[in-house]
Amino acid sequence: MGAGHGHRLHFHGHSPIHRAAPHLKLLALLGLMLVVVATPGAWWPAFVVEVLVLVAVIGVSRVPVGYLAPRMVIELPFAAFALLLPFVADGPRIAVLGVEVSEPGLHAGLTLLAKGSIGVLASLTLAATTEPQDVLRGLDRLGMPDLIVSIMGFMIRYVDVVTGELSRMLVAMRSRGCDPRSPRHWPALARAMGALFIRSYERGERVHLAMLSRGYDGSLPR
Amino acid sequence: MHVPDGFLDAPTSLATGVVAAAGVAVALRGARRELDDRTAPMAGLVATFVFAAQMINFPVGPTSGHLLGGALAAVLAGPWSAVLCLSVVLLVQALLMADGGVTALGTNVTLIALVTVTVGWATFVVLRRVLPSRPASVPVAAAVAAFISVPSSALVFAALFAVGGLAPVDLSVVITAMVGWHTLIGLGEAAITGLVVASVMSTRPDLVYGARPLIALRTLEIRAAGMTR
Repeated sequence: MGAGHGHRLHFHGHSPIHRAAPHLKLLALLGLMLVVVATPGAWWPAFVVEVLVLVAVIGVSRVPVGYLAPRMVIELPFAAFALLLPFVADGPRIAVLGVEVSEPGLHAGLTLLAKGSIGVLASLTLAATTEPQDVLRGLDRLGMPDLIVSIMGFMIRYVDVVTGELSRMLVAMRSRGCDPRSPRHWPALARAMGALFIRSYERGERVHLAMLSRGYDGSLPR
Repeated sequence: MHVPDGFLDAPTSLATGVVAAAGVAVALRGARRELDDRTAPMAGLVATFVFAAQMINFPVGPTSGHLLGGALAAVLAGPWSAVLCLSVVLLVQALLMADGGVTALGTNVTLIALVTVTVGWATFVVLRRVLPSRPASVPVAAAVAAFISVPSSALVFAALFAVGGLAPVDLSVVITAMVGWHTLIGLGEAAITGLVVASVMSTRPDLVYGARPLIALRTLEIRAAGMTR
């Protein structure tokens, strides 16, 4: 709330990456990730090349590493799974630092971690260098159905309004001694969520009426 | 948690992408029929609500799980809109929040949007027919639908993992871990879904899509003065 325009991950800048056409950036992200996903696990030099490409793009975009690195925590639950793999997988056992682990499991875990991290870093780079409105334009250009693009546009426009409403409800609950995380207080939480649904739905109706009164005929102007 | 890039191999990711695209195309036609020119703003706001609802964390053992919202969205907004809303939420999360890989988007849409909504809505419709035709049955049916939808999604994930998983883990271990864990998450999902639907039913039953056939059965009740005491 009150954070101005742009969204949480956007990093304002004027680099060539920021200015590149959004549909090309989306295609580049998808292309890079398809190559990464299709890379066999044993081809470590290929991963190094993929990482270097990504690092070069980040370098040109001038988004600081200190901005991207902390935001990679989003992959933590998945990283935990990848680190668990050597212990649960089958296959011949080898000793690493005195601990017996499964060899194929260890390789698979490291591969998953490499691919997943490249994916998160690449997605973060797109999000940091592209405004949400440009992502919408890019998707439109790439032939995403109009309705999906408009629904996404409304979601992006109202996400801060609705999550702001939710966080005020949660603050109000907490200030009355209610812990929304605890199952004991779920009935109160559920009433708040029900109210949030009704408010969102009615906001949708008001937005629709406001659009009609401005000449909306079922499709948004380009 | 969303499936990241590289978890399933490329052919499986592409195949689930095709399934997801087909499912979303069917939902687009269904939603247009249901909502006409209101679709974009209404589904947009419901998608935003689903996104907010997914921020609700609840404790599951030592860690925490969060609401998937497939059954909740299906009962409140109808199955077609629910598929669109959840798919758009996943699209926004993948492209703007780096949550869930872009190549795994098809997998995530299949698991979180298509499977939970289809299973949840089918369970809900069957229960609505079996349970007494009273508004009080709606939250119960919604809760059971939510409970079943979560482990079903985990089961489909285990099947995908068997086909295109890139780690040599015994399939029975994957199924036991995924389904067992998601049964626990399903309990939280069921409780919250049932309570939220109950709260909307008590204030604005006309907004609950799944309750429309029951609301239509209601007749106007006129009580004569003096007889209420």
